Amino acid sequence: MNKRFPSLLAIGFLLFCSRTWAQLVVEITKGQAEAIPIAIVPFGSPGAATAPFDVAQLVSSDLAHSGRFNTTDRKDMVEQPHTGAAISFDDWRRLNNDYIVVGQVQSVDPDHFNISFELYNVLTRQRMLDYQFTANKPGLRLASHQVADMVFQKILGIRGAFATRIAYISVLGTVPHRQYRLIVADADGENPHVVMQSNEPLMSPAWSPDGQSLAYVSFEERLPSVYVQFLPTGERRRVSARAGVNQAPAWSPDGKKLALTLSTRDGNLDVYVLDLATQALTRITDDPGIDTEPQWSKDGQTIYFTSDRAGGPQIYRVGTRSGDKPQRLTFQGSYNARPRLSPDESQLAFVTQEDGGYRIATMDLHGRGEVQVLTKGRSDVSPSYAPNGAEIIYATRDRGRGVLALVSADGRVQERLVSSEGELQEPAWAPF
Amino acid sequence: MKRIASIALLIAGAVLLAGCPKKNNVTEPPTAGSHVSGSSEEGASTSGSALGGDAASQGGDVTGANGVGPLARKVIYFDFDKSEIKPEFAEIISAHARNLTSHPNLKMKLEGNTDNRGTREYNIGLGERRAQAVRRALMLQGVAESQLTTVSFGSERPAAEGDDEAAWAQNRRVEMVYVP
Repeated sequence: MNKRFPSLLAIGFLLFCSRTWAQLVVEITKGQAEAIPIAIVPFGSPGAATAPFDVAQLVSSDLAHSGRFNTTDRKDMVEQPHTGAAISFDDWRRLNNDYIVVGQVQSVDPDHFNISFELYNVLTRQRMLDYQFTANKPGLRLASHQVADMVFQKILGIRGAFATRIAYISVLGTVPHRQYRLIVADADGENPHVVMQSNEPLMSPAWSPDGQSLAYVSFEERLPSVYVQFLPTGERRRVSARAGVNQAPAWSPDGKKLALTLSTRDGNLDVYVLDLATQALTRITDDPGIDTEPQWSKDGQTIYFTSDRAGGPQIYRVGTRSGDKPQRLTFQGSYNARPRLSPDESQLAFVTQEDGGYRIATMDLHGRGEVQVLTKGRSDVSPSYAPNGAEIIYATRDRGRGVLALVSADGRVQERLVSSEGELQEPAWAPF
Repeated sequence: MKRIASIALLIAGAVLLAGCPKKNNVTEPPTAGSHVSGSSEEGASTSGSALGGDAASQGGDVTGANGVGPLARKVIYFDFDKSEIKPEFAEIISAHARNLTSHPNLKMKLEGNTDNRGTREYNIGLGERRAQAVRRALMLQGVAESQLTTVSFGSERPAAEGDDEAAWAQNRRVEMVYVP
C-alpha cells in the first residue's frame, strides 16, 4: 500500500512560480529541395507609428522552419503592399514567388488589435484566403502562429501545428548537483515556462488528450512516482507511488486512465492500466521480461509497448481486454523501442539501433511494415509526433549536450532546436 | 514526530507558495484502492528506532562510513547491457551481506543505474534488473528480504558526465545505500 504520503506535504517546496526560461532557437539542418517560394509582406499598421508586433516576421519564420517553404527576404521586396488591391503581381512573379501574403494589424483599443490578411496565388492572381480576427496584445504571437497555420493548410492541405505547444525536460548543473525542470513552451520554443522543478530526476512527460494536464514521473522522494499536473492552476496529484517502479505514463484517449509501468517486488516490469477516478488497476502484460513504454491506440482498444521477452527490446501490441496475446511488430535489428503512433495511426515512430547509434525510425502500419530510419545521430531518442503528423520532435546529443531536434515524418526535412543552456530531454508535442 | 515534521514542511511550503505570483493548490492523492501484488511490504516495518543511533551503539563502522575496507566500497559496476555481477565484485557483496546479516536492523537501498544509451524508460527496466541482481546475491548470502529495497534511476542520475566509454562504464552501476 501507499505509505509514502508524508512527503507529499513537502511538494510545496518544489512547486513552481511560473516564469520564463532560456528560449530555443531553430536551425534548419536539412531542407527540402522543392520548398515552395512565398512572400510574407510586412503587415501595415494604419494609424500607428509602429506596428505593435511583427506578425509577418513570425509567420515567415514559422513557414521557413517547416522546411516546406522558401520565404522571400524583406530586402528583396520591391514594394510592400498591405492589401490585395495593391499587389503588382507581375513584379512578385518576376521574383519567383508562387504565393504572397499581405495584411494589416490595426489597433481597436490600446489592448486589442484587429488582424486581417489575404493569401494570393501569384501565378493565377486568385485570392485563396481573406480572413480577419481580433487578438489582445499578449495574444499577438499566438495569432501570428494561427495565420501561419491557415496559410500552411491552404497551400499544403495539411493542418498547421505552429500554434501548438511542447513539453520537455531541461537539466541544469553538473553531476551530482543537477536540477531537473519540466518546461512547457510554444512549438517554436518561445514562451518557455517552468511547470515543475526538482533536484531529483523528472521524466516522461505525457500530455492529456485535452492538452490541459501533464502526467510525468518524479523522483523527488528518491523513489519514482507518477504525478498528474493540471496546467491552468498548477495543481498536482500523485496518482501512483506503489512499491518499486512507477513509470512511463500514457493517457487513454478519453483521458480517464493512464497506462503505466509497475513492478512486482522481484523487479518484474509490466504494463498496467490505472483508472484515475477509482485507482482501479488492470494488468495488461504478464511476462518476466521488461515490458514498458506503453502507448494507446485512438480507439483505446490496443496498447503498443516495448518488451525484451524475446531477448533484446522489440515493439509489441496487445488488446486492452484481458487474455489478449501480445503480437510482435518489429523484427529488423536487435533494438527497437518506445513506440509512438502517428495521429492518423498509419505509422509508428520508435527508436532503433543502427550502426551502433540510436536513431528515429518509422514503420508503416498499413502496408507491409516497411521501416524507414529517419535520422543519422548516435543518440536520437524520445520521438513525439506533431498533432498534424507532419513532423516528429525528438531528443538528440550535440557535442556532449542534450538538444531537441525535428524531422519531417518522411525524413526529408531536419531541424534542430538550440537552447542557450541546459540539457534538453524528452520532448512531448501537445495535442491541437 | 513524523507528523510534526510534516506539518512543519506544510507550513514552510505554504510560506514559499505564498511568494508565488499565482496560487497553486496541492491536493491529496486519492488513496490507492488496489495495489500490485507484492507491494504491500514497503513501509510496514518503520520500527521507529533511529538507525544512526543503532549503528553507533554497536561501536563498529557498520555502514562503511569511515572509508576503509570492503564495506567502504558500495558501488557495483556492470558491463554494457548486462546485469550479471562480475567476479571482482563478489568480495564487496559478501562483506555487505555479512554486515547486514549480523546487524538485522540495518536496511539497504539498492539504486540501479545505466549509461545514457538507448531509451530512457527501457533503461529504467535495465537499472531495476541490476538492482535486483545485487538484491538476489545479498539474499542468497542470508540477508533478509525486509532489509532490502530497490530503486532504478535508469540513465537519469549519472555518476559521470560524457558520451564516451569512460563515462558510460562509471554510470552502469548499482549503488548500495544504507538507509534509515
